[in-house]
Amino acid sequence: MRRWTLWLPLALFAGFCAVVVVGLIVPKSTDIPSRMIGQPLPTFALPAAVAARPGLATPDFNRGKPRLLNIFASWCIPCAAEAPVLNDLAQRGVEIDGIAIRDHRADLETFLAQHGNPYARLGADDVSAVQLAIGSSGVPETFVIDGHGVIRDQHIGDIRPEEIPLMLGKLREAGR
Amino acid sequence: MRRLVLAIALALTVPAQADDTMPAAPWADRQLPDPALEAKAQALMETIRCLVCQSQSIADSNASIAGDMRSQIRTRIAAGESPGSIRTWLIARYGDYVSYTPQPDAATWPLFAGPPVLVVIAGAVIRGRMRRKRVAA
Repeated sequence: MRRWTLWLPLALFAGFCAVVVVGLIVPKSTDIPSRMIGQPLPTFALPAAVAARPGLATPDFNRGKPRLLNIFASWCIPCAAEAPVLNDLAQRGVEIDGIAIRDHRADLETFLAQHGNPYARLGADDVSAVQLAIGSSGVPETFVIDGHGVIRDQHIGDIRPEEIPLMLGKLREAGR
Repeated sequence: MRRLVLAIALALTVPAQADDTMPAAPWADRQLPDPALEAKAQALMETIRCLVCQSQSIADSNASIAGDMRSQIRTRIAAGESPGSIRTWLIARYGDYVSYTPQPDAATWPLFAGPPVLVVIAGAVIRGRMRRKRVAA
């Protein structure tokens, strides 16, 4: 047997250890991205979640201009952190529609009174039906929908202030 | 004394409000009246991963999204849909990760092919050794 083959099992074991250590140090992402990106929005029609905004249905997304679809809830803490960013985007002319997941109307109205209401339309999804149909796995998530109702992109987690240019870029991209 | 302190501490704890307070979906925690359909639904639910507590199936998870998924599965099975088509629907939305029974594809086929190949190699090595032994004896 050649000299170097004596070291082969040790080298293989060292390689295996390296893989395990890297796996332990690099944090695992628990995000599950939606596979519906590139697909048209599923057909849905949600009732109005609050008195001040109409409900949300699929034809609302077929109006020629890209919009954001924000999945949120009043019981979700990062959604409260995201609210100023959404208000900022709305002030810049971005149209945002919201789907409130499993929310009592009173809680939602308190949340919107406290954090502002950037939504053009707001639908109530009490059994997460639309959330499952578009491949969203939690709150908050924001989808970029183009002017023909096709899902073009997904942002998992709250939108940070430094990500505003990124979102504007995605909307421009969806507009092409 | 320690028990008293513990009891007071427990009484003053505030439950974490990271989940909603709405009632569960209609079929999240109720079994279907037809036992055969319920068995089909249960078998499917035990092999679908919860999206929030990702090491549990939706049959075990208490998360409200798991309850909503259970309710959807039961409603669809009661309406006559096959478990396979429901699984395909979920995989089309969340990818293979949502199912506990992944199919081999371009990225994962070595994991499925590896063990039989290793068994064949091990068998060949053993056969070689046995032959050498017989020759030596």
